Amino acid sequence: MPGVMVYVEAGDGKLAAISSELLGCGRRLADALGEGLSAVLVGDRVKSLAAEAVASGADKVYVIEDAQLKDYQTDTHLAAMGKVVKETSPRVLLFGQTSVGRDLAPRLAFRLGTAAVTDCIELDIEPGSKRLLQTKPVFGGNARAVFTSDTYPQIATVRAKAMEPAVPDAARKGEIIDFAVELPAARARVIEKVVEEVEGVRLEAAEVVVAGGRGIGSAEGFKQLEELARLFKGAVGATRPACDNGWVPDVLQVGLTGKIVSPNLYIAVALSGSSQHLAGCSGCKNIVAINKDPEANIFREARFGVVGDWKKVLPAFMEKVREQLA
Amino acid sequence: MPMNIIVCVKQILDPEAPPSSFKVDEPGKKIVPPPGVPPVLSPFDENAVEAALRIKDAQGSKITVISMGANLLREVVKKPLSMGADELILLEDEAFTGGDSWSTAYALSAAIRKIGDYDLVLCGRQAADWDMGQAGSGIAELLDLPSVTLARKVEAADGGVRVERVTEDGYEVVEVSLPALVTVSNELGEARYPTIKGIMAAKKIEPVIWTPADIGLEPAHVGAGGRRLQLLRLFQPVSEGRCELIEGETPEEAGVNLALKLREAKLL
Repeated sequence: MPGVMVYVEAGDGKLAAISSELLGCGRRLADALGEGLSAVLVGDRVKSLAAEAVASGADKVYVIEDAQLKDYQTDTHLAAMGKVVKETSPRVLLFGQTSVGRDLAPRLAFRLGTAAVTDCIELDIEPGSKRLLQTKPVFGGNARAVFTSDTYPQIATVRAKAMEPAVPDAARKGEIIDFAVELPAARARVIEKVVEEVEGVRLEAAEVVVAGGRGIGSAEGFKQLEELARLFKGAVGATRPACDNGWVPDVLQVGLTGKIVSPNLYIAVALSGSSQHLAGCSGCKNIVAINKDPEANIFREARFGVVGDWKKVLPAFMEKVREQLA
Repeated sequence: MPMNIIVCVKQILDPEAPPSSFKVDEPGKKIVPPPGVPPVLSPFDENAVEAALRIKDAQGSKITVISMGANLLREVVKKPLSMGADELILLEDEAFTGGDSWSTAYALSAAIRKIGDYDLVLCGRQAADWDMGQAGSGIAELLDLPSVTLARKVEAADGGVRVERVTEDGYEVVEVSLPALVTVSNELGEARYPTIKGIMAAKKIEPVIWTPADIGLEPAHVGAGGRRLQLLRLFQPVSEGRCELIEGETPEEAGVNLALKLREAKLL
């Protein structure tokens, strides 16, 4: 069976947002090919999500359930995906650019002797050849590259929030298939999962993000950004240098190697706007920059900007915002 | 127990160079190196070197660094030696250039197979040029090693290594048997600076140079010849550059005016 296959992930008992985006994109590609869309669910007790995958566009859902697959682990999940792909031979295989997709997609590509392109922001079918054209930011977002290959399946991981999510339709029909896999002994095991709790609104879901960079200079400085974020009922984000300095937890990193956010308003304070950082917020239409360097790259991306010392601009800005919201 | 650790590093254009200096030769499908900005080691690879050095600090270990390319700058590829690594192997030949993730992992895995005696292979999570993040997992697959990606901590434990792996909402602790491959992320923390003593020691270490033939590969199967991905187009996204600057007599007044502007734009 040619067609498009999507690896779907669960989040809080339903399809993860990225998986809904993959199904939306996968459906579009499958329609362009005139072929089917299948989804794969790998885990322990994940079958309940199959109906949601069908409603979101899948014609077939392969469910691979095993207690051993409860935690993501490379060896076992790779074996499961390797088997289902070999038996069904899809033309295109999509993963999310998540901690799982980043790990699984490249290794699977090498196992199958094919090629993967990670962190794609656009995917299209080339008319005629039916090859997948894969567009991805490269050089930290300074450039974009379009790739393709002649080995199958063509594998891509897709950046969060880059694709339109599927609109579920409960009336859609699809086939749900239990798929059995003999699993190898895992050479690695997860012994603990640590969630770094962050108070307030989740960064990925926030409508307003207040982000700080190297220029904030300290953990105390970030307290002011937290105060502003609370005012907006938003979340705090940070650049990699700010996280690497330990001023905020790593989970607040926005950028190429951190979170991808697309709030309605992104207030960038004392951050220069490196391409690596902008990769995480470029979907936001309303970036507001406060930076003392008029040449800072962030002003090339911002809608509104203030050139000035954030320590002087921010308290006055915050006071006025408080007054206006009152 | 001391380990034999291999770290793979890549020389790249400095990713911290100002974005305004970045130029693409679209017909040639390549980057025009900005003048006066010297190449560097990919920062995530420096994190991988740091991870190896922390293990060496804790229990003693031998660290062998591998890099690949042509005309590699010695001051760049020798940096891990000046930080405290022990040996340097360079896959250096024109044939090794122009590769993709596949040909890179293919050549590096052949070199690692030739080294033979190793416990742990470390790579950066991705090279900060093409940002693919595939070579590490590819090497592991070609050598049939267990792999753990996106490490923020790597330490020896019970005959294997214990890795803290970065996830969306924190991290997970993974134990893996050896030999294994681990890719390292920036959350591990910044790499140490070379010491004067380290720089002097590095000067005395001559890199070992291997050509494709030395690792048993045909030149046509490495670098550009071994690619599985075709690059169809390389271009720079257009920046709209429509920023409206909000001004004031004082920074405080500008702050107030910004709040008024956001209200006017219905963002407040």
